[in-house]
Amino acid sequence: MINVTIDGIKASVPDGSTILQAAKDVGINIPTLCYHPDQSVKANCRVCVCEVEGNRLLQAACSQPVYEGMVIKTRTPKVIEARKTILELILSNHPQDCLSCIRNENCELQSLAAEYFVRDNPFELKIRGLVKDLSTPSLFRDPDKCILCRRCIEACTVIQTVNALGLEGRGSHAMVVPSLGKDLIDSPCIMCGQCIHACPVGAIGEVEDIDKLLAAIADPEMVVVTQIAPAVRLALSEEIGMNTGDLPMEVFVAGLKQIGFDHVLHTNFTADLTILEEGNELLKRLSTGGTLPMFTSCSPGWINFCETFYPDLLDNLSTCKSPQQMFGALVKTYWAEKMGIDPSKIFSVSIMPCVAKKYEAARPEMNASGYRDVDIVLTTREIGRLFRMSGIDFRKLPPQPFSPWMGEYTGAAVIFGATGGVMEAALRTVYEVVMQETLDDVNFSVARGFEGIKEAEVDLKGTVVKVAIAHGLSHARKLMDQVRAGESPYHFIEIMACPGGCVGGGGQPITKANVKRIERLDAIYIEDEAMPIRKSHENAEVKQIYEDFLHEPLGHKSHELLHTHYHAKNKRFL
Amino acid sequence: MAEEMRIVLRNYGKIDPLKIDDYIAVGGYNALNKARSMKPADLINEVKSSNLRGRGGAGFNCGVKWNFAYMAQADQKYVICNADEGEPGTYKDRLIMEGDPQSLLEGMAICAHAIGATQGFIYCRGEYPSVVKTLNMAIAQATEKGVLGDFSIEVRMGAGAYVCGEETALIESIEGKRGEPRIKPPFPPVVGLWGKPTIVNNVETFANIPAIVEKGAAWYAGIGTPSYPGTKIVTLTGDVVNKTFFEVPTDTTIREVIFDFGGGIPDGKGFKAVQIGGTSGAFIPAANLDTPIGFDAMTEIGAVLGSGAVFVLNDTRDIVDVTARIAKFFAHESCGKCAPCREGTMRMHDLMDKINSGRGKSADVALLNKLGRVMSYSCLCGLGQAAPAPVMTTIEHFPADYNAKLV
Repeated sequence: MINVTIDGIKASVPDGSTILQAAKDVGINIPTLCYHPDQSVKANCRVCVCEVEGNRLLQAACSQPVYEGMVIKTRTPKVIEARKTILELILSNHPQDCLSCIRNENCELQSLAAEYFVRDNPFELKIRGLVKDLSTPSLFRDPDKCILCRRCIEACTVIQTVNALGLEGRGSHAMVVPSLGKDLIDSPCIMCGQCIHACPVGAIGEVEDIDKLLAAIADPEMVVVTQIAPAVRLALSEEIGMNTGDLPMEVFVAGLKQIGFDHVLHTNFTADLTILEEGNELLKRLSTGGTLPMFTSCSPGWINFCETFYPDLLDNLSTCKSPQQMFGALVKTYWAEKMGIDPSKIFSVSIMPCVAKKYEAARPEMNASGYRDVDIVLTTREIGRLFRMSGIDFRKLPPQPFSPWMGEYTGAAVIFGATGGVMEAALRTVYEVVMQETLDDVNFSVARGFEGIKEAEVDLKGTVVKVAIAHGLSHARKLMDQVRAGESPYHFIEIMACPGGCVGGGGQPITKANVKRIERLDAIYIEDEAMPIRKSHENAEVKQIYEDFLHEPLGHKSHELLHTHYHAKNKRFL
Repeated sequence: MAEEMRIVLRNYGKIDPLKIDDYIAVGGYNALNKARSMKPADLINEVKSSNLRGRGGAGFNCGVKWNFAYMAQADQKYVICNADEGEPGTYKDRLIMEGDPQSLLEGMAICAHAIGATQGFIYCRGEYPSVVKTLNMAIAQATEKGVLGDFSIEVRMGAGAYVCGEETALIESIEGKRGEPRIKPPFPPVVGLWGKPTIVNNVETFANIPAIVEKGAAWYAGIGTPSYPGTKIVTLTGDVVNKTFFEVPTDTTIREVIFDFGGGIPDGKGFKAVQIGGTSGAFIPAANLDTPIGFDAMTEIGAVLGSGAVFVLNDTRDIVDVTARIAKFFAHESCGKCAPCREGTMRMHDLMDKINSGRGKSADVALLNKLGRVMSYSCLCGLGQAAPAPVMTTIEHFPADYNAKLV
């Protein structure tokens, strides 16, 4: 322990603490801007500077380690003048359109400007006038708003190893730019959206499709149908002022009906269906000498990553479409038929924790129904905006049920939202299908948790199936390199592009720290635990669709509607 | 009249720099042999007690620095010579490298022995391609002679960025990254090039080493001013008769440098100001001319010795105009990493430009002072911390020049 004095308070703090950590220990909050709890220390914004006795220079609290006897002052006139001047400098270079900014009221710079009551900025407003990047259907970049904290670069290069963002130019001409291309779409960007979470301001955000939804709702001809992805509900609670997980599912359904959705169904239904298709695909690959290990294919950011960086391993990808796209293909065929609705009148909306889903829905091959299978994708954040606009008090809203045929789901589908969830759901089903016996305990705890790579072995009647799970693409890359080198011991690998899986997806409420992702993981398993049915193959509506429509997993209809193929992205940098 | 004293330039003009035999004939590499007969700890103590302080500008005690790297446990350590001589008006390192490259190599090899390094780099300014040739030839000769033993030296060229003279930015540049300063601590002697303990010293610092080892710490400590002993090469530019270089003891005063060695101001004009230490140095008025150039004496008058560049302005010069150009230089050379430097240097240039073109108000001068003050203690590295000095010192010493331009 090290003895320090902070603003006159004597404290003993752990060795290796920074001033920032030490101050927090004694209850003093030092403002930060470039600091990110899960990233390396950058110390480039200098907003956290403090006075250290005996030192003429102010020290950045985020980077300066404490030493024995250190005397720190966090709010002297010198410190406050420095912080405020630095904020004035950053703000004088930053668009002043907070009211219409996507991060209004959720912006670290805006909060600091308020805390330090920046009023009359002495520096003349000087906006660079850089061009917005609107090249992708998933996310936009507004480089004028960038404050060059570099958190997006670390998210992209270190956490995701995608390297789509880098720095160009020096001094006040320095810019974060998509690498090797003028626009994001020409870069290796896989549209996971982790940069959005990393951004303290509104320099990167999701492409919004709310207006398209409102137009469809306003059109009396259209039947607006939506699916809800597993990880949305629990995080949406955060957007409407509740604790993580506190919004009951049926109240969520009622809220969507209030907004004007005609039918609310669930992606969880196709998550269960995915388990049947993918589980059987795995068994088939195992028994017929197919390409192994098989990779899951639910995460569109991961698909983009594989197509971009591992095009030689596309045969390892399960041919199963993601649950979103399975749903899209079925809602305008099977469901339309069951409901007697003209599929051309169905406006298919998907509510996702993801921005890569917007890109996935726009893929040209995703029109198996004869129409665009999923018309628009809305993120959890966009639904949050809609709900806030609606003026609904969700604590008082009576619950409502899902519409029939594609609304039922099991606990196995719920956990799709967590890293390891698809694997666990698959194991629950594959085990029972192969062993023809009931699992005593459906909890495969080895598949759970926030560790980057998890692995397990399952003994299926003498066949030992080795599985691995990775979330965050830097971890996935390790498993992929093993496969590429022919050294992978696994049969089945689950990969989710985003840290934590979908709970940490690029479309979720702005998530600054992994602790929030872990909190959401916990909420998911609580939900699974509470489900009456927890195995995908016991989903009654899934049984029904096989009886009435698909007939068998991997059958002709499934092949037509539920499976897909992948394309190497032949980008210049490869 | 004060006299020159040549230590680092002891062989300058006397030997053929491209012939190692010439260097050896005048006693070259005796110091390295002597150093190798000493225990590293004793060698470091010798350097420490000579009180040699870094000639790059920061003035850190050289032996103390070496000791940090010596104490650090690592499988590999590095010695880097900072030859990224980018301060406008400074060409002292070039003189040494062109005139006596072996003395630099010898100094580096002594350091390598002291800290336990086998690999050295000379990071040479990109605008010095001919110096790179000379250095490579010198290294080849020294290698062929076997005088360097197991210590090998490689020359790396800069690409023109001023900030790469900052030692951690220099290290980043050698590693092939964007030339940007690192967060300190950790300091390079503990975590440096490729994460290994690394000594980065200036050319002039290394060139002092053989003389100190040969003649002893006590001899060196007795030269010049005690707190910053030895000599300093000063390079004279601007409105001065002798636009040339001198190596002088560190107790020489600014007045002696300009009026004795420099021969005063030409064309019968008067003295206005002198900027010492390079572009980021303070402007010094006539009242402070009797200050010795030694590090601490300069600090006392709010100035720096820096690189030893001496830029003289006569009394007809427009000092606001000169300062505005300097502000432009820093806006151009800021690497853009930290906010106060990235935005601050740009704003400082804008404000100086506004005042210089007759559009400024007294509030702009006040804002410059506030901005400069904040930058000087908030920026991440020395570039941003020093950039405001010319602006703030000209405002302080020559307020009338500013007032004359305000609306």
